[in-house]
Amino acid sequence: MTNMLKITNLHAIVEEKEILKGVNLEVKPGEVHAVMGPNGSGKSTLASVLAGNPKFEVTRGSILYKNNDLLEMEPEDRAREGIFLSFQYPVEIPGVSMVNFMRAAVNEQRKFRKEEPISAGDFLKLMRDKRELLGIDSNLVGRSVNEGFSGGEKKKNEIYQMAMLNPQLSILDETDSGLDIDALRVVAAGVNKLQTKDNATILITHYQRLLEYIKPDHVHVLYAGKIIKSGGPELALELEKRGYDWLINP
Amino acid sequence: MIEQQYIDLFEQFRSELDANSVEGINRHRDAAFGTFRQIGFPTSKQEDYKHSNIARAFDADLGLNLRNIPIPVNPYDAFKCDVPNLSTYTYFLINDRYYDEKGPEEALPEGVFAGSLQTFSEQYPEQFAAHYGKIADYADNGVVAYNTMFAQDGFVIYVPKNVTVEKPLQLINILRGGVDLSVNRRLLIIAEENAHVKLLVCDHAVDDVHFVVTQVTELFAGVSAQVDLYELEENSVKVTRLNNLFCVQKEKSEVVTSGITLHNGYTRNNYNFRLEGEHAEAHVGGLAICDKTQHIDNFAFLDHAVPNCNSNELFKTVLQDKATGVFCGKILVEKDAQKTLAYQTNRNLCASPDAQMFAKPQLEIYADDVKCSHGLTTGHLDDEALFYMRARGIDKEEAKLLLMVAFTRDVVDMVRIDSLQERLSMLIDKRFRGDLMRCGNCNVCK
Repeated sequence: MTNMLKITNLHAIVEEKEILKGVNLEVKPGEVHAVMGPNGSGKSTLASVLAGNPKFEVTRGSILYKNNDLLEMEPEDRAREGIFLSFQYPVEIPGVSMVNFMRAAVNEQRKFRKEEPISAGDFLKLMRDKRELLGIDSNLVGRSVNEGFSGGEKKKNEIYQMAMLNPQLSILDETDSGLDIDALRVVAAGVNKLQTKDNATILITHYQRLLEYIKPDHVHVLYAGKIIKSGGPELALELEKRGYDWLINP
Repeated sequence: MIEQQYIDLFEQFRSELDANSVEGINRHRDAAFGTFRQIGFPTSKQEDYKHSNIARAFDADLGLNLRNIPIPVNPYDAFKCDVPNLSTYTYFLINDRYYDEKGPEEALPEGVFAGSLQTFSEQYPEQFAAHYGKIADYADNGVVAYNTMFAQDGFVIYVPKNVTVEKPLQLINILRGGVDLSVNRRLLIIAEENAHVKLLVCDHAVDDVHFVVTQVTELFAGVSAQVDLYELEENSVKVTRLNNLFCVQKEKSEVVTSGITLHNGYTRNNYNFRLEGEHAEAHVGGLAICDKTQHIDNFAFLDHAVPNCNSNELFKTVLQDKATGVFCGKILVEKDAQKTLAYQTNRNLCASPDAQMFAKPQLEIYADDVKCSHGLTTGHLDDEALFYMRARGIDKEEAKLLLMVAFTRDVVDMVRIDSLQERLSMLIDKRFRGDLMRCGNCNVCK
């Protein structure tokens, strides 16, 4: 099967500091990859670079997404092509209602596919269906984007947006951090329900905890800007038992 | 001296000024003239006008229509307000003159007067004399003195005791002229004890000449009265608008005002509030969206003269291109005005690197048991929010637009006419998209 994503020798800097120092990663449709590693190893930078955050600059290497040069694409085009980043820290946007925000996002995607804007009725139905699928309290969508949301609500809202946009490649950046066990279940169940043989997921986490609910096909350890170890699900269990030290200082 | 031509004009045409107005208005000219000769127009040498040189606007060859030469226009043809579901009693001022060919079809509640200042002064001499020229203090305001010298007509709403006007009134100011004009217009709003009224004032310039407009509004809110005053400016870049609102509030009265500038040239708003009866409440809002080289200067003075009053100010500015904005908010809490609550918020968005904002809060507090606060920020669009929206596939320009519209939200929320809120939201959205022409729906300049 062909790769959906192929990262080759990726180097990236933020504020003149090199964070990624030669990352290689391949992701095929249907796969779930977990990228683990201690704090400060570059996990979130990898997520940000994939989504196109202009704060990060790629200095070397390449990223192919569906055989196109991802680095040449604007963030909005990446999203329209099916990349979704669940933010570690979702941004509060006072005054922009969730409804208007989601409608704008859904319609941009439809415009990109040369489809008509969604009708008001279909849109409300889509919102309701996805809410029910994820078991999300309806009052989240009646508010301004993330404004005054608790940590758990923000993460659920990320998964809700993911369900609405139905991406091909989802990157979940520390979606499990700061969640209580109930919220974690909702988030994990959502990810599992949305996973199909045609889309792929990259879970970025430094806990094994989320992997009790979402089974990865591949586990990678990112450390000091490089992937230093890759393996199957058993690698996550070993990390849980032994920590990262045995890999970092062998 | 810039003032000289107006001094000469006043002296030369005094008899015509009087002949085309009424005694009640004429009576105020001499004193105003005396003050104007002394102080003249404000210049940027004065602290309160540091960023707005008003005098310069008058350094031009401006005509004054002192003889009331009729300007051929039927405002009903020229202007159709398309506020959906906003049913109002509609009135027109053409420049400074009340247009009385046809009033609104529906009758106002009994005892309520809405119409020409001249007519009001004759039909209600007592009420006129009690308020006209009594609230607008020009001792240190040359623009108001100038206006009082030359004013000949304007618009009045008078709501007697215990009367509620349910439906809002709408006054449409239309600027017309074949040559550059100085227009001096008066508004008088009198709400007696427990009277309720809401007024929307829309400003439109129709002809492509320079207008220098002075507007003086006197607002009297009697005991327990409730007055809403919303002003919507959609003028051309050739209009200089010098707007002065003077508001006096008696016990338990509640006044909500909001001045919204969607399109303008050069605007200075002076808001003067005096809370002189206990438990009075003032909510003073303002929003300006300026681009190109447009200029907006909001100056607010809130005087808490007695205890137990609340005031709440919210001013927001969005500046694009090379627009400049100014905000100065003064709050005075007088010596005995204990238990005052006074809040002032000023938020400004510079959406381009060349836009400039000057903002200054000033609190003078002489009472010791009060709660006063001010918050002032000037910033750019939030990069993190922009990226978050782009990461959902929303176009960068669209994301900026959504953020700018969101920024204006809480000023729109202050408006207490639901259909007007909706209309404003739509107009603001169109404004940011560049779809809004000079006038909302004007047949003249189409």
